[in-house]
Amino acid sequence: MESLQSMNYELVVGLEVHAQLSTQSKIYASDATIFGCEPNTNIGVITLAHPGTMPKLNKKVIEYAIKMGLACGCEITRYNIFCRKNYFYPDLPKGYQLTQDKTPICMGGGIRVNGQHGEEIYVRLNRIHVEEDAGKSLHPEGKAYTQVDLNRAGVPLIEIVTEPDIRHSADAATVLTEVRKIVRFLGICDGNMEEGSMRCDANVSVRPIGSDVYGKKVELKNMNSIKQVRQAIDHEVSRQLKLISEGKTIVSETRTFDPVTGASFSMREKEDLNDYRYFPEPDLSPVRVTEEWLEAIKKSMPELPDTLKRRFLNEFGLSEADASFLSDSRDVASYYQELVSFTKNYKAAANWVMGPLQTLANEKGLSFSDIELKPGKLAELINFIDEGKITYTMAYQQVFPVMLEKQNISVASIAKDLNLVIESNTDALKTLIQQIACKYPDKVKEYRKGKKGLLGMFMGELMKETKGKADPKIATNLLKEVLEETS
Amino acid sequence: MQIDKETLRKIAHLARLEIQPQDEGPMINDLNNILTWVEQLNEVNTEGVEPLTNMSLEENAFREDEVKDHIVREDALKNAPDQDGTYFRVPKFLGNSSS
Repeated sequence: MESLQSMNYELVVGLEVHAQLSTQSKIYASDATIFGCEPNTNIGVITLAHPGTMPKLNKKVIEYAIKMGLACGCEITRYNIFCRKNYFYPDLPKGYQLTQDKTPICMGGGIRVNGQHGEEIYVRLNRIHVEEDAGKSLHPEGKAYTQVDLNRAGVPLIEIVTEPDIRHSADAATVLTEVRKIVRFLGICDGNMEEGSMRCDANVSVRPIGSDVYGKKVELKNMNSIKQVRQAIDHEVSRQLKLISEGKTIVSETRTFDPVTGASFSMREKEDLNDYRYFPEPDLSPVRVTEEWLEAIKKSMPELPDTLKRRFLNEFGLSEADASFLSDSRDVASYYQELVSFTKNYKAAANWVMGPLQTLANEKGLSFSDIELKPGKLAELINFIDEGKITYTMAYQQVFPVMLEKQNISVASIAKDLNLVIESNTDALKTLIQQIACKYPDKVKEYRKGKKGLLGMFMGELMKETKGKADPKIATNLLKEVLEETS
Repeated sequence: MQIDKETLRKIAHLARLEIQPQDEGPMINDLNNILTWVEQLNEVNTEGVEPLTNMSLEENAFREDEVKDHIVREDALKNAPDQDGTYFRVPKFLGNSSS
């Protein structure tokens, strides 16, 4: 089978990502945007395009789009107009989509990710613009009609268009993951590809390495997971290479990928479909983004994953993997940040978040913002361990579950109630060790002769006596001291 | 600009209009007259003038992000040529929306 390598070709991919903005109401009408409602219940006269109705722009849509632009380092367009993109489709009641053409709200910028070999990749953005979503069509089997649900019609979207800077299907998936991470951090889109609140089209072409001309591009549509985007691109590359090796030509077309069969097929495009006859929307007044407004939006932006990660690396001395994990979602990052405001043990804090708390979140299907255990409370436990009052194992297995149940009891009193506070009283421990030494005189002799491995056995005995509550560090030192003393 | 038969057919198709062959001639004439009339605007010197995209001088006419003004489904479907109480119905089509 032909491969990019064997034919000395390279892949060229650009992405178009549609993200539904998580506003309460639609972009040009005050209908609700909630997903999964009864068909045709979130609609009003504007959405239905009744005669005489006029759109009115949702301010938050512009703010959300600007946030995305700022996060990607885009130039924000100060004077915006809207355009009608004309085409007929049953799920588009007006006969045109209200979008932006000449003045996309964000220009330029880019997404920075690590490529499959860890190298840094910068994928430039062409633009980000705002527009409205269309309704949904259902095609019941064996019926002569199509059913139309207009709940989704008019839901706000941003379309993020990259330049054709991606060279590997794995990198396309990484870029998409990064986009999802950013929109989630900004709280402007839930990034749920399965429910269609984030959708991705990929423009795919191949060309001989060294060529500075792009090949004929094929647009892949309707992929509803990040994994599928990667699969579909891989499949499309093979298809294009096969055509080339057979001396056939690649046709610029739109294809859809079926993840079940692993095949793609051409979507029959209606002739002249691309003649959208854009013209300025006369019913919407222009949007001017003032300096004050832009500043206010900048101030409301959370710290972004990339910045957070660097801070976690430098300020808290975390490992690359830990910093990545903790900066991956806003909920986790803010929990961690609050936690380390109460404890200086940054590494232990990271481990608690990535271990017990993540397990809890997974088991209960919770997001970190739903976890009732306050970071301050967890920090109390971490500090209790650091002070040598309790071991990690006891803290995790016994105290932590009680803390999840009862928020108002101090860690100290839980540990006391469970009789867990570590024996770090040297005198008491020393007496116990001396008793153990008397019980095993032979072993003591062997130890003295150099069988130092027996220390573990003595430690086991001591732990048995103290029911595991002896501070291991103090106990080890005391054990050595006592065993050497008897010599 | 001159409208010929091919252009007429193309824009009729884009507008989903069916024009009878006997109407094409008069339609071409009408469209050309309209265009010629509008082309008088080309005489105006517009150098340095920004394109006008809106008749109102208003800017930033926003709506706050609040939900209201829904209509009930029964009313929404009432005027449709075909519907089933839940959905609008249209003659079956296949393919996908382009957005």
